Amino acid sequence: MEGIAFKVNGTPCSFSGDPEMPLLWYLRDQLHLTGTKFGCGEGLCGACTVQVEGEAVPSCVTPVKSVAGKNIVTIEGLSARGDHPLQKAWQEGNVSQCGYCQSGQLMQAAALLRKKPQPTDEEIDDAMQGNICRCGTYQRIRQGIKRAAGVKS
Amino acid sequence: MNQVIRVSRRGFLKGTFSAGALILCARFFPDQATESLAAAGEWQPGVYLGIEPDGTVIIVAHRSEMGTGIRTALPMVAADELEADWTRVRVEQAIGDPKYGDQNTDGSKSIRDFYDPLRQAGATARLMLEGAAARQWGVPVAECRANNHQVKHTDGRVLGFGELVKAAARQPVPTQGELRFKTPAEFRYIGHGVPMIDQADICTGKAVYGIDARMPGMVYAAIERSPVLGGLLKSYDDRETRKVRGVLRTVEMEAARPPYGFQALGGVAVIADSTWAAMEGRKRLQIVWNPGPHDDYESEAFKAALQQTVRQPQKAVRTLGDVEAVFARGGTIHEAEYYVPHLAHAPMEPPAAVAEFKDGKVMAWAATQNPQAVQETVAKAVGIDKTKVTCHVTLLGGGFGRKSKPDYVAEAAILSKKIGQPVQVTWSREDDIRHDYYHSVAAMYMKAATDSQGRPTAWLQRCAFPPIPSTFDAAATYAGDGEMAQGWVDVPFSIPNLRAENGPAPNHVRIGWLRSVANIYHAFAVQSFIDELAAAAGRDRIEYFLEVLGKPRTIDFKAEGTANPNYGKPLDQYPWDTGRLRRVVELVVEKSGWASVKPEKGRALGFAAHRSFLSYIAVVVDVRVDDKGTISIPRVDVAVDAGRIIHPDRVIAQFEGATVFGVSLALMGEITAKQGRILQGNFDDYPVARINEAPYRTQVHLVPSEGLPTGVGEPGVPPIAPAICNALFAATGKRIRQLPISKTKLV
Repeated sequence: MEGIAFKVNGTPCSFSGDPEMPLLWYLRDQLHLTGTKFGCGEGLCGACTVQVEGEAVPSCVTPVKSVAGKNIVTIEGLSARGDHPLQKAWQEGNVSQCGYCQSGQLMQAAALLRKKPQPTDEEIDDAMQGNICRCGTYQRIRQGIKRAAGVKS
Repeated sequence: MNQVIRVSRRGFLKGTFSAGALILCARFFPDQATESLAAAGEWQPGVYLGIEPDGTVIIVAHRSEMGTGIRTALPMVAADELEADWTRVRVEQAIGDPKYGDQNTDGSKSIRDFYDPLRQAGATARLMLEGAAARQWGVPVAECRANNHQVKHTDGRVLGFGELVKAAARQPVPTQGELRFKTPAEFRYIGHGVPMIDQADICTGKAVYGIDARMPGMVYAAIERSPVLGGLLKSYDDRETRKVRGVLRTVEMEAARPPYGFQALGGVAVIADSTWAAMEGRKRLQIVWNPGPHDDYESEAFKAALQQTVRQPQKAVRTLGDVEAVFARGGTIHEAEYYVPHLAHAPMEPPAAVAEFKDGKVMAWAATQNPQAVQETVAKAVGIDKTKVTCHVTLLGGGFGRKSKPDYVAEAAILSKKIGQPVQVTWSREDDIRHDYYHSVAAMYMKAATDSQGRPTAWLQRCAFPPIPSTFDAAATYAGDGEMAQGWVDVPFSIPNLRAENGPAPNHVRIGWLRSVANIYHAFAVQSFIDELAAAAGRDRIEYFLEVLGKPRTIDFKAEGTANPNYGKPLDQYPWDTGRLRRVVELVVEKSGWASVKPEKGRALGFAAHRSFLSYIAVVVDVRVDDKGTISIPRVDVAVDAGRIIHPDRVIAQFEGATVFGVSLALMGEITAKQGRILQGNFDDYPVARINEAPYRTQVHLVPSEGLPTGVGEPGVPPIAPAICNALFAATGKRIRQLPISKTKLV
């Protein structure tokens, strides 16, 4: 059987398992890229957010077959040295508490900034409302996005 | 009480220290633990701190990191007293071991129990380094002072910590009386803070949680558990399951028996080569359950029964004066009933653990708040001694009390023993919501008589809820003293006739601690009812609150004969000081602009103030309701007196987060059961606040204090729900007495 080919963080991959397997589990259990998190399995919480061709998608409801030929970026590939403006802003603002949802938050926020480099509060809330943070770091997430974007808080 | 008993150069954590490192072993007794631990005979020396010959300082974090920053804050305390350069400190996470003292990261007590022991560890090592330098230079030790990873002599000579390690290890261990502590003015990190040590790993996806732990040869498990607590497996058919690609086998797991405690629940496990295959295989299991004794549990009927209970006289847990005599005189009587449903913890990382049973021993990696409970629970589950269980603690993707119960680690160990391979158990979100240790459902009845000025002359409060003790003793129906002391018997009002009562309630699900625990429903009833009385009197809510609170005083529970465990701390050291509550109320009034914002239709401020985990909190929420009834919260002001603040930024973050947690339970959180089955399963039917629903801005105001440090993880939660409901009453005229607010139509 021909494998499904795609790229993860620039590295070519070929997958020959169940084509319905969500990308999340391929990333976590086979590539051991565990930065992408499982939170709900239904696309409701955003913990598993990755980028497919630059779009933020919930990998827990994205079957591997749907990413054939595509470029996937996970938190491990967001920047070469962990120095994406959002990653820097997150650390400067001490955004994270438990940190579990933050990979997804960062991947979602990075997709937002690509489309809207200077987002308003409403645009941030719109883009980020699929990403739950049970610790309640939303205020600092909003500030972190603005800091990375160079928008005044 | 706290003393250093020996210095060892033997490594205590395999691989942590190299040969020749100075390893300091400090013995300490947290106040509350002294007796029970000493009686158990297992108490061993606790906090460890070591210095490598290259100068690297290694500090063991023995409490679990679930987002509070404790893995940074406690090592930071030791580093400060040591005069260590924080950039040369490495933090090692402890395995579960009683020698560290209490490791149950629960009850908002890490700092208050371990601030002093960590300071002592740091101060001890500092003194020994200074002594070593003095000896090497042949000068009096008084002329040598540790400063930023070096010891300096008054004449300018310096020796680095690393250079002194060998000699310091030969220094006598100072007695407690010889220890010299830094003054607050000398603190480098305490009261200032350092960045959370895990922040960079979190932001790059490198941080390891329980769900990320991997062991060689590991397989993945998903478990189907009885939908009703106590249900038994009658039969199952796994033929379709075994056809799923990646599924290796199924394993029947023995059902837990009451009391459930921390036992694995039992059920049918699907073992596979990926989490996905295990989950898919599980979907195809055909199981027949014998539903057991709780399949008649219906939330609606149970609520009605609880309400009936609180309408009748119940067991008095605090009595002042004679409320009945006052009520019998007639006058103005106020009554109200409040209700709070079950809640689920729903940490973003569902319960997950890896365990390997091999040669009569278990090695586990788990997201756990309580690694020693893992040792005990796993040992019992697989029939070995607890000393044969090694529990490594990963980061926790949220805990909120859920991960203090290690049933899921026992599941992994049981499965590993059965199949002879390391097993990772991952709970699905549905597992997490449907098999939680729920926050208890509770009903409260309140009654007051007021005088001609509207002031209460008698106050009666009655509550009933399935208590946490029922998880450990199936027959328990009355609240434990600890639950009663969470905002119920310790109501601070100065009312001459006051009675608190508690009625019985049976349990039908596992009941457990959830962030701030019984304070949630107690504060909801008390803080709502006082607002109702203020409204009835036509008074400014906060002026009225302070008047009923009365003159600053210390409540003498002992003289009253009221049991108040006071969060495990003596009342003479940590009194219930109404003056401190008044202080935070005054602070929140000032910071929120309370006096300048008058309620209008669709917008009002709401207030509540509550002491929990020995900290005093007052909040003002700014609540808007639009013409569709949609609630938004542009701003929350939180005033906090938590004694000395060790890490201000993480304390502020805890109160920001607690506010959101409080908003979730106030606006939308509800777990219900039908035929013993929990009806909710994921974030669609058990919603929690999202970025657009959370307060836009939470401002935290810390009272400067040199008092004993008190809790900060939980105390921010209880005042939020009543403050929101009080604001909603002012803005809409609707008094909400049942949570969540989403059940009430506001327009």
